[in-house]
Amino acid sequence: MLRTEQIGKVFPGVVALDGVDFDLCQGEVHVLLGENGAGKSTLIKVLSGVHQPDSGRVLHRGSPVRIGGAEDAERLGIATIHQEFNLVPELSIAENIFLGRQPRRFGFVDRKRMERDAAPLLQRVGVQAGPETPVRELGIAGRQMVEIAKALSLDAKVLIMDEPTAVLTASEVDRLFAIVRRLRNEGVGIVFITHHLEEIPALGDRVTVLRDGRSVGQVPASTHHDELVRLMVGRSIEQQYPRQTSGDASRGKPLLRVAGLSRGGVFHDVGFEVHAGEVVGVAGLVGAGRTEVARAVFGVDRYEAGTVEVDGRRLPGFDVTAAMAAGLGLVPEDRKGQGLLPEGSVADNLGLVTLRNASRGGWVDRSGQRAAAGEMANRLAVRMAGLDQQARTLSGGNQQKVVIGKWLLAETRVLILDEPTRGVDVGAKVEIYQLVNELTAQGHAVLMISSDLPEVLGMSDRVLVMSQGRIAGELSAEDATQDAVMALAVGTSAPGQGTTTEDFPHGH
Amino acid sequence: MATEMQPGSRMAAKHTGGSGGPPPWVRRVLLDNGALSALVVMVVLMAILSGDFFSTQNLLNVGVQAAVTAILAFGVTFVIVSGGIDLSVGSVAAFSAITLGWLATEGVPTFLAVVLALAAGMACGFVNGMLIAYGKLPPFVATLAMLSIARGLALVVSQGSPILLPDSISWLGQTLGEWLPVPVIVMVVIGVVTAVVLQRTYSGRVMYAIGGNEEAARLSGIRVKRQKLVIYTLAGLFAAVAGIVLASRLASAQPQAASGYELDAIAAVVIGGASLAGGVGKASGTLIGALILAVLRNGLNLLDVSAFWQQVVIGAVIALAVLLDTLRRRT
Repeated sequence: MLRTEQIGKVFPGVVALDGVDFDLCQGEVHVLLGENGAGKSTLIKVLSGVHQPDSGRVLHRGSPVRIGGAEDAERLGIATIHQEFNLVPELSIAENIFLGRQPRRFGFVDRKRMERDAAPLLQRVGVQAGPETPVRELGIAGRQMVEIAKALSLDAKVLIMDEPTAVLTASEVDRLFAIVRRLRNEGVGIVFITHHLEEIPALGDRVTVLRDGRSVGQVPASTHHDELVRLMVGRSIEQQYPRQTSGDASRGKPLLRVAGLSRGGVFHDVGFEVHAGEVVGVAGLVGAGRTEVARAVFGVDRYEAGTVEVDGRRLPGFDVTAAMAAGLGLVPEDRKGQGLLPEGSVADNLGLVTLRNASRGGWVDRSGQRAAAGEMANRLAVRMAGLDQQARTLSGGNQQKVVIGKWLLAETRVLILDEPTRGVDVGAKVEIYQLVNELTAQGHAVLMISSDLPEVLGMSDRVLVMSQGRIAGELSAEDATQDAVMALAVGTSAPGQGTTTEDFPHGH
Repeated sequence: MATEMQPGSRMAAKHTGGSGGPPPWVRRVLLDNGALSALVVMVVLMAILSGDFFSTQNLLNVGVQAAVTAILAFGVTFVIVSGGIDLSVGSVAAFSAITLGWLATEGVPTFLAVVLALAAGMACGFVNGMLIAYGKLPPFVATLAMLSIARGLALVVSQGSPILLPDSISWLGQTLGEWLPVPVIVMVVIGVVTAVVLQRTYSGRVMYAIGGNEEAARLSGIRVKRQKLVIYTLAGLFAAVAGIVLASRLASAQPQAASGYELDAIAAVVIGGASLAGGVGKASGTLIGALILAVLRNGLNLLDVSAFWQQVVIGAVIALAVLLDTLRRRT
């Protein structure tokens, strides 16, 4: 139905695509797999008309086509659901679905007809809310469904989904899969990008693996994980979670001690310790208050009661600078919104935290800053054209390395990582885990919030589980199993049914 | 973000040297900088169209005409790089000049009067910063209020009439050694100061960080509110300098002076390649932007174009310059 032949695309300094062959049949889910920077995003941007290929051609039902823009893609029935949704939060669901194509009557928008037309689409994607509901009232999963409904309203025959599961909870992923399967059975061809290998056999038919802008293999979805990983990174990863558990013997003194931390309606009586040389994982459902606690500990947001101590010294609340001076660092979950200076260079981003210390009487030691940034970029193996490259043009994994790197330069003693590997490819993930190991080996401590259960279990020395704003329990590495964590996370005392926890976008 | 910046004076020297048979490095510099190429094209065009344009005397005139806008614009560059906007600089310039005139006629020693006039400008900027950083007013609103307040204060202090400046001050508007205008010197010095602040100082680097991503800056331990105070106070200080230079040129402080100059200043910054979204901008660009506006006004005067049409042309050039820059960046 849709086929690319020898697609090539060159950006200044980077060969993004180098002769990629890819094809999609009617009624199949074709998984596109690859590390960040492998060319997945570029390929789907070519298919959706954002980029023009420099070489090769795109065939639609056997005849060559030129997809010069979003209109061409729409005419060919190709719809793309990007990681960042194209929705207007203040407008209703129906208006978002028919944005720019609102049915009109005497020149006015025919609201009734619009909502009537939207209703069956919403039913198809399983959205309960009425078509007149403003999109801002929906959670992330709901918004995603509205995007899918919008694609369906355009009568899309090809649906491209860029990491749709990255922001969803487990139950939402199940619902998404059910809808994707139904669409497949209706004959829609689906290009599905994911970093979660376990999703592939559950959903996919075929898998195309990209590496360094080339398609390195096309395999059935039943292919074993290890083989897929080998294709992606070009080598086999011995250990996905290379945590060298230190054990109680080598556990140092407590570096971070939080007690009785509360903020009305958000988190209550949160207390825990993180010791030198230790990785403490924080698991829990989206909306359990993990990010909020991390931000309060770091002094970004206020708290009403409780104490935060670093190395025995109590921190004043709501003071990021004091927290930093004490040796705390925070890598926020929203990389683009809160972690990165997108217009800034790699060097500027790496030097952000150390800027003050590199200043004497207001003057910045620019050459020292640059040298330090260069060393750190090397140590992190940031894939870049140079220190002057704009951070927004890096791939997600490399952006994350830069955001973590700025804290490593600051000699942070307790680093709080909030979803450190979200949207990060397998290879970069392992590199980030190794950084965590290095930090703890040097006697620093890491508090790692993650919704990726295998990651929490694989990397933590202890696991804290949060539920409804409270610490529901603490598990040692031996006792922490998926079942044990989930049992605590879902909580037996939850109002209503424990398993249908309301999800809402969190953190900000 | 710009990583290397040339002090303004060097940039200015480059374009005059590049008008005949450009060597490769000149071409590269021009291609890298849309506004600079526009300026070169304009200078060449004016030199061809009008025999009087390309004389030392006239070029220095252009410099003098650009000076006040450029000095205002350097201050606004800090604000725009940090993602804000300052509409009050024209009024603050007038208020500072009136303060100077009033103090000088009251018998305050010249040096002290100048210092206090600068302090008046800084105070206005400081109030802007307080309203924005701690009052959480949008910069547009806070500085719009200051635009009215400072202008009003200038009228109150002067009782609505111009104040003659003593000679001890008005030499600032004259020339050194018969030919070098002091306003041009002040412009170059302030330009270099701006470049150094943006590139070399903590506050300067922080401006790019705040403009690029305020939340990321905050989470990296930068005291964003305090830095915003610094930024708007600097803009107020530069506005005061511009006001003093303007008043010296006219040998009198006028309460209605520099009306609408804030828009010229913003135009100069934007023509110079800064983004109103913040995080991007250079001192050299701002200087070029101010020179483009001055070259246009001067050249169109020499060509006897009516003042009414001049406004049309200048508006068109602002749009065109930024349009070209946007196109160049996209490809």
